[in-house]
Amino acid sequence: MYFIRRLLFAVPLLLIISVIAFTLVHLVPGGPFDRERAPASPEIERNLRATYHLDEPVWKQYLRFFGLVWEKDMNGRWHHAPASFNISYKYRSHRVSDIIGQSLPVSMTLGTLAFGFAMAVGLPLGFLTAARRGRWPDYAGSFLAMLAVCVPGFVVAPLLILIFSIKLQWLPVALWESPAHMVLPTIALGLFFSGKIARLFREGMLNAMQSEFVAAARAKGLGENILLLKHAVRIAILPVVSFSGPMLADLLTGSFVIENIFQIPGIGVFFINSALNSDYTVAVDLALLYAVLLIGLNLVVDFSYTLLDPRVKYE
Amino acid sequence: MCLLCSGCIHREPPADVTIINNAEPESLDPAIITGLPEFRIMLGLFEGLMRLDPKTAQPIPGLAQSCDISPDGCTYTFHLRTNLVWSTGGPVTANDVVYSWLRAASPATASDYAGEFFYLKNGEDFVTGKIKDPSLVGVHAPDEYTVSVELNHPTTFFLKLCTMPVMSVVPRQTIEKYGARWLMARPLPSCGPFELAYWRPNDKVRLVKNSRYWDATNTRSQIIDILPVGSPDTALNLYENGQADIVLDRTLVPGELLDVLLKRPDFHPFDYLGNYFIRINVTKKPFDDPRVRRALALAIDKERIVTKITRAGEKAAATLVPPWIANYTSPPGLGYDPALARKLLAEAGYPGGKGFPRFEYMFNGAAGGGDKIHQDIAIELQQMWHDNLGVQMDLRQVEWKVLLSSYSHLDFETARSSWVGDYDDANTFLDCFLSDNGNNRTGWKNARYDALIHEANEQTDLKKRAELLEQAESLLVHDELPIIPIYYYVGLDYFDTNKIQGFYQNILDDHPLEYIGKVSSRSKVQSPN
Repeated sequence: MYFIRRLLFAVPLLLIISVIAFTLVHLVPGGPFDRERAPASPEIERNLRATYHLDEPVWKQYLRFFGLVWEKDMNGRWHHAPASFNISYKYRSHRVSDIIGQSLPVSMTLGTLAFGFAMAVGLPLGFLTAARRGRWPDYAGSFLAMLAVCVPGFVVAPLLILIFSIKLQWLPVALWESPAHMVLPTIALGLFFSGKIARLFREGMLNAMQSEFVAAARAKGLGENILLLKHAVRIAILPVVSFSGPMLADLLTGSFVIENIFQIPGIGVFFINSALNSDYTVAVDLALLYAVLLIGLNLVVDFSYTLLDPRVKYE
Repeated sequence: MCLLCSGCIHREPPADVTIINNAEPESLDPAIITGLPEFRIMLGLFEGLMRLDPKTAQPIPGLAQSCDISPDGCTYTFHLRTNLVWSTGGPVTANDVVYSWLRAASPATASDYAGEFFYLKNGEDFVTGKIKDPSLVGVHAPDEYTVSVELNHPTTFFLKLCTMPVMSVVPRQTIEKYGARWLMARPLPSCGPFELAYWRPNDKVRLVKNSRYWDATNTRSQIIDILPVGSPDTALNLYENGQADIVLDRTLVPGELLDVLLKRPDFHPFDYLGNYFIRINVTKKPFDDPRVRRALALAIDKERIVTKITRAGEKAAATLVPPWIANYTSPPGLGYDPALARKLLAEAGYPGGKGFPRFEYMFNGAAGGGDKIHQDIAIELQQMWHDNLGVQMDLRQVEWKVLLSSYSHLDFETARSSWVGDYDDANTFLDCFLSDNGNNRTGWKNARYDALIHEANEQTDLKKRAELLEQAESLLVHDELPIIPIYYYVGLDYFDTNKIQGFYQNILDDHPLEYIGKVSSRSKVQSPN
């Protein structure tokens, strides 16, 4: 019941997001057809704006975006005007669904790999630093985790390329053609999140280790390893799980920086470029796509809470 | 899972030549495209009556094998080749040419370049919707192999216009069947040297040889891949690792490495038909006074800008039209003369810059290597104007679209700008500053300038025409200065001449793809040079 309510609630939320996104992109000065080379006459420009209905008031363009406009044709008959959400003003030969259909799977592949990398590195590191708290593995591990969080992707990626592609020649410098092409982008994208997860997991572990049920188990003489691995971990993982929802939404929708550096045909560049190009419809489409992913994954996170922590129940 | 798998890997035969071509093409529809990256690909797919000579960028016969020009210079009769076939079969006829031109000129297509049809009889009225009947426009097909074109007045550069993308020939049936998405039709009929195998956004455009092209025996490559790469570092890395053979565009040379790379034999700078200049909004005080604008121009040490900042061999500019344009020599413009600049500013009522209001200089910046140049130049200008004239200028960095919107709304005081010529004639630069031209963007209106340009363009005597254009340009860059030219562009492509043949540098930075190919081991033996 709770989850059905949450799903229903998502509908007005998405509508509000679409209104805000639509308003914001239209507020920015400069339209999609403001170009370095202006058409030779103002009539041509008017034509262009009329063809794409950019001369209409913004509210009408919004309704048109969802296909909610009926208008009279030349013979005076009413007909339904096609929705504009699938039109890109910048890439006029493509449908937006084609662009998303082609580039989203690429970003999702890379995002999933980076998510796996972040977990595979972050969780053991977090566990190690918590289990050896106050000793050198803790200091060294925490330092590495901090480094991963602090050094941005646009520094990590060129460094990785320099070492592994140019000096050692083990991996390709860029492009997206074979599994070898995926290694460096995965690391460059996942590193930040692995540091973040290590820190979250360490904190979760430390909190769990101080909780009463762990003290009780320890008093009953349970071995330290079993205690940590079987009991503490289940509670300590909760902050990581709740962070995973937004993190996964972030990773699956691509990264402008990483895609640009490795020349990966993902969707991340479209997020930034659609806004910079005033490609209104694409910008709103992508904002909605991101919102759907975020809402959906947060729902999954909430659901997984009920599985992990017996104390959590949703009415 | 299916979704994820489809995001993985594509296995396909390797290309003969891989070209890095800067931005992702916005479209490949000849009527819609406006940028060089699009032009370069499109010209491989859809040819026009004339095409470009790869070495000189001058018009040579394309789909038309010859052209007769009437004695008054107003009627062009093009004779099409008789062996023209679409890549999917079926003849390319004169009717296809007429259809393609009228489609591009039609208000429904909303082509940015529709202005090129203004030279045709009734062209302007058709483009602007004043007349609806296409048969009144000056392009007709008297028979299957003849295209007859009537112009409003003699236009000496008309054959050059015929090489422009907007004049290319496109497949009517496919367009009528698929509408706006006709380029996604497979197989896509093409009349140029290549066919479009596929076009994956932001990934790759693959072209394969069109064996039905009239000159197919001279097409050097079977497959050409074109990659959209925006990052100069990535472009250089791919090139150095052998994953790209040719990198086009000056902006794809990492600025930090420019000095080192320019010394290499595979980095080829060349004179390019472009100009970097400052726009001045003449509708705002104190810039409405030509003396102020001239003073600002005279106070700029352009030599310093090209040697310290741009550094790729650019030449300081005193005129708008680059000196390497055909059939024309620009008048002398204004050089660097701080003393005269101070004198002019004093005459305008601001001795030593006293009382001169603080003003703004707008430029675009943010991501990308090339844009840093704008910022460096802005800082240099601020210093020069302060030191030489005693005026205070504030820098304002904005996004590209914001800058463009400010141009068209005249919502700026001074701003950086540039112009790249479409064809090798002074008109491609000078007509921008006609009073009613959309590219004027300075608020400057000068009846004498307009009259001179119009008179020049109706002139058939090239020498007289050049004189008229020179008088007009003198108004622009010597007397009135709504713009201050800074430098002429240099193009910079990189490729290894030992590996690539048929790639030439020309002032349009346009490279017909049919000539480009790998140097085969056999031809290496044959040509010891």
